[in-house]
Amino acid sequence: MPDTPMLEIADLHAFYGESHILHGVGLEVRQGEVVTLLGRNGAGKTTTMRAVMGIVSKRTGSIRFRGTELVGMAQHRVARLGIGYVPEERGIFSSLSVDENLTLPPVVKPGGMTVAQIHELFPNLVGRGSTQGTRLSGGEQQMLAVARILRTGADLILLDEPTEGLAPVIIEQIGRAIHALKRRGFTILMVEQNFRFAATIADRHYVMEEGHVVDMIPNDQLAANSEKLHTYLGV
Amino acid sequence: MVTLFGIPTQALFGQLLLGLINGSFYALLSLGLAVIFGMLNVINFAHGALYMVGAFAAWLLMQHFGIGYWPALLLAPLLVGLFGVVLEKTMLSRLYKLDHLYGLLLTFGVALILEGAFRHWYGASGQPYPIPDALRGGQNLGFMFLPNYRGWVIVASLITCLGTWYAIERTRLGAYLRAATENPTLVQAFGINVPVMVTLTYGFGVALAGLAGVLAAPIYQVNPLMGSNLIVVVFAVVVIGGMGSILGAIVTGLGLGLLEGLAKVVYPEASNIVVFVVMAIVLLIKPAGLFGRER
Amino acid sequence: MTSKISSAVLPAAAPHTADRDRGTRIALILLGLGVAVAAPFLLYPVFVMKVLCFALFACAFNLLIGFAGLLSFGHAAFFGGAAYVTAHAAKVWGLEPALSILLGTASAALMGLVFGALAIRRQGIYFAMITLALSQMVFFLALQLPFTGGEDGIQGVPRGRLFGLFDLNQPLVMYYFVLAVFLAGFALIWRTVHSPFGQVLKAIRENEPRAVSLGYRTERYKLLAFVLSASLAGLAGGTKALVFQLASLTDVTWQMSGEVVLMTLLGGMGTLLGPVVGAGFVVALGNYLAATSLPVPVVIGAIFVVCVLLFRRGIVGEIAHHLRRRST
Repeated sequence: MPDTPMLEIADLHAFYGESHILHGVGLEVRQGEVVTLLGRNGAGKTTTMRAVMGIVSKRTGSIRFRGTELVGMAQHRVARLGIGYVPEERGIFSSLSVDENLTLPPVVKPGGMTVAQIHELFPNLVGRGSTQGTRLSGGEQQMLAVARILRTGADLILLDEPTEGLAPVIIEQIGRAIHALKRRGFTILMVEQNFRFAATIADRHYVMEEGHVVDMIPNDQLAANSEKLHTYLGV
Repeated sequence: MVTLFGIPTQALFGQLLLGLINGSFYALLSLGLAVIFGMLNVINFAHGALYMVGAFAAWLLMQHFGIGYWPALLLAPLLVGLFGVVLEKTMLSRLYKLDHLYGLLLTFGVALILEGAFRHWYGASGQPYPIPDALRGGQNLGFMFLPNYRGWVIVASLITCLGTWYAIERTRLGAYLRAATENPTLVQAFGINVPVMVTLTYGFGVALAGLAGVLAAPIYQVNPLMGSNLIVVVFAVVVIGGMGSILGAIVTGLGLGLLEGLAKVVYPEASNIVVFVVMAIVLLIKPAGLFGRER
Repeated sequence: MTSKISSAVLPAAAPHTADRDRGTRIALILLGLGVAVAAPFLLYPVFVMKVLCFALFACAFNLLIGFAGLLSFGHAAFFGGAAYVTAHAAKVWGLEPALSILLGTASAALMGLVFGALAIRRQGIYFAMITLALSQMVFFLALQLPFTGGEDGIQGVPRGRLFGLFDLNQPLVMYYFVLAVFLAGFALIWRTVHSPFGQVLKAIRENEPRAVSLGYRTERYKLLAFVLSASLAGLAGGTKALVFQLASLTDVTWQMSGEVVLMTLLGGMGTLLGPVVGAGFVVALGNYLAATSLPVPVVIGAIFVVCVLLFRRGIVGEIAHHLRRRST
């Protein structure tokens, strides 16, 4: 069924305690696409990802992954379907070595990358295996956070602000890695504040405001819509 | 008579041996407490009671089923661990979103129930438990006589402690445990069933207490109140060591046991309170504990 | 991690009742006083005195947990320790009863100062473990020191003549003396809770870092609260020693520390009247169980478990919650 999207979110509402964060988000990601969520701080981008992963458990509406409904599913089963998550704060464990961090997420499907392939993609991680995870630089921690998902065989990757707080050289390196992943056939949903970076990679962009998706812009029409986008993002 | 610092060496080494045995139990129990605390953020007040239940399980297995020491060494901790799993599933798991003190209060209540019930059924006097045949007798080490069983207790608890340390610090399963202690949400998002891990961790921690109980049975007799004062000393051990480190729990437990043994020779009146005095001093100098991290 | 225990359970310690409720409250206070005055004619005076002593003990404990968010698991040290000092002063030194109790209270205050200074160096669960361990040290001292009488305790403590005038061997005289002690202690707690000092304590309970950033030296406040609570627990323990003419090991065990936690939890942490109700309930339960073959610790433990799982507001807290819900 090439026409069914890989990830299909419809009328998603999510709550933190009493506060209502998402008000009916709808979007879809097709197999092999790289899609970004753009928007200002607090628009609900991160919450959307956390709702997909089940971390935000108070949610209504529908999140379908390859036709399987994720709303109501036990949290630990979501990753088992083949979704890899790279959180905004990277989530490198300080009590684990780099190698232990790398091999922590269980393999959920065949077809994941080998450690050798991962090292080829992120040469910075080579020879650092026994280092304490949080001793790596910010950029290396970001690479590690992405790398550990690639082993698992997950084919949809949720990347939350992979370039946040990183130096331009490192951002470039991350960008190359994401391109390489795209060529390998990974499907990627990415939160990004830096829309210039997003424009170099993504196929389509969803714009979020106050817990809604307000617009969808294909990457090739980005230039034509740049004024609109500036108003959305306030840049 | 041979003396050392004016103390007969026989008495000195005898007390140090006793201290080392007590220390082995402190180490096993504080290790279990530390493992549980790391994962659940609960101080398990029922730990002493479950140590007692472990000893009673061994005794009951022998009385009613003729099951001897060696199978009991496996079965009793298993039973205690199973009890822990049920306790965690039905009660403790409801409290994680509340203040951590509620976990302490709940397990305190459980300790009272267990100790009260066993006391009601079996009376306050101890039941003897025989030393297994293979470990009767002892060795003359020249400077002292070492009963085989006591030597075994020290070796067995050291092996258990170090094995636990290895499992947590050096294996894949241990990596899950450490990671889940740090950030359970993310570990769950990687597809690991953290609630089940939490349950099993509690089961494992209390199984360690049950094992300590079986090891203790031939030494101290099986008594409903055998864990009741012990648990308070173990709390002091935990405060002294700090709960950050597994090795710290082991070292502190053994060290304080030895110190107590020494006090019994030098100044017997103070042997009961020496651990608490050390705790007070450590709190003054290094409040986070000897191996603890300030949080 | 200072306790969210109380804030989760009780929205407000002081009832924010409007002026229209003032009359009701005064009526309730008068009713309570009337009951207290009449109680010895309706129930065994010794029973009511026991309730009053434990009620004061529980109120003192509650000052810490309910209003400062500090769980002490070693309050028996102050209660039982003061009982020993009072008993010794009255029996061996032959001091006047009020003075004996005062000495007991002072010893508890001193102990509270030392324990408090150590315990406030850690928070939350550690605080509980430290107070528990320190009180266990007092237990061992009581077991071993020459003046405490070991397993037997100090028996046959004379009640004596209060101020040299009132013969406390008269049950009614003793009763009204105990009532006066209780009311004085309760009034002090009431004042404390409603004073600026009490407000700072509540701020610490809700959010200690914020209180620190507002410039409060929270350590001092916590220590003072601890000493005050220990002293009042000592006052209760000293009085109890005279009522029963006995100071014994039972009162310094950690099980006793646990019992006062239960009284407070059952009655309602952070409510003024909760500990009183809880103490009455637990003492009555103890008396009832003594006549049956049911093992007391099992019943107490079961109540603990039920309270923690289902009933965290306690009796008074639950009633207050329902009244508040109805009024809004």
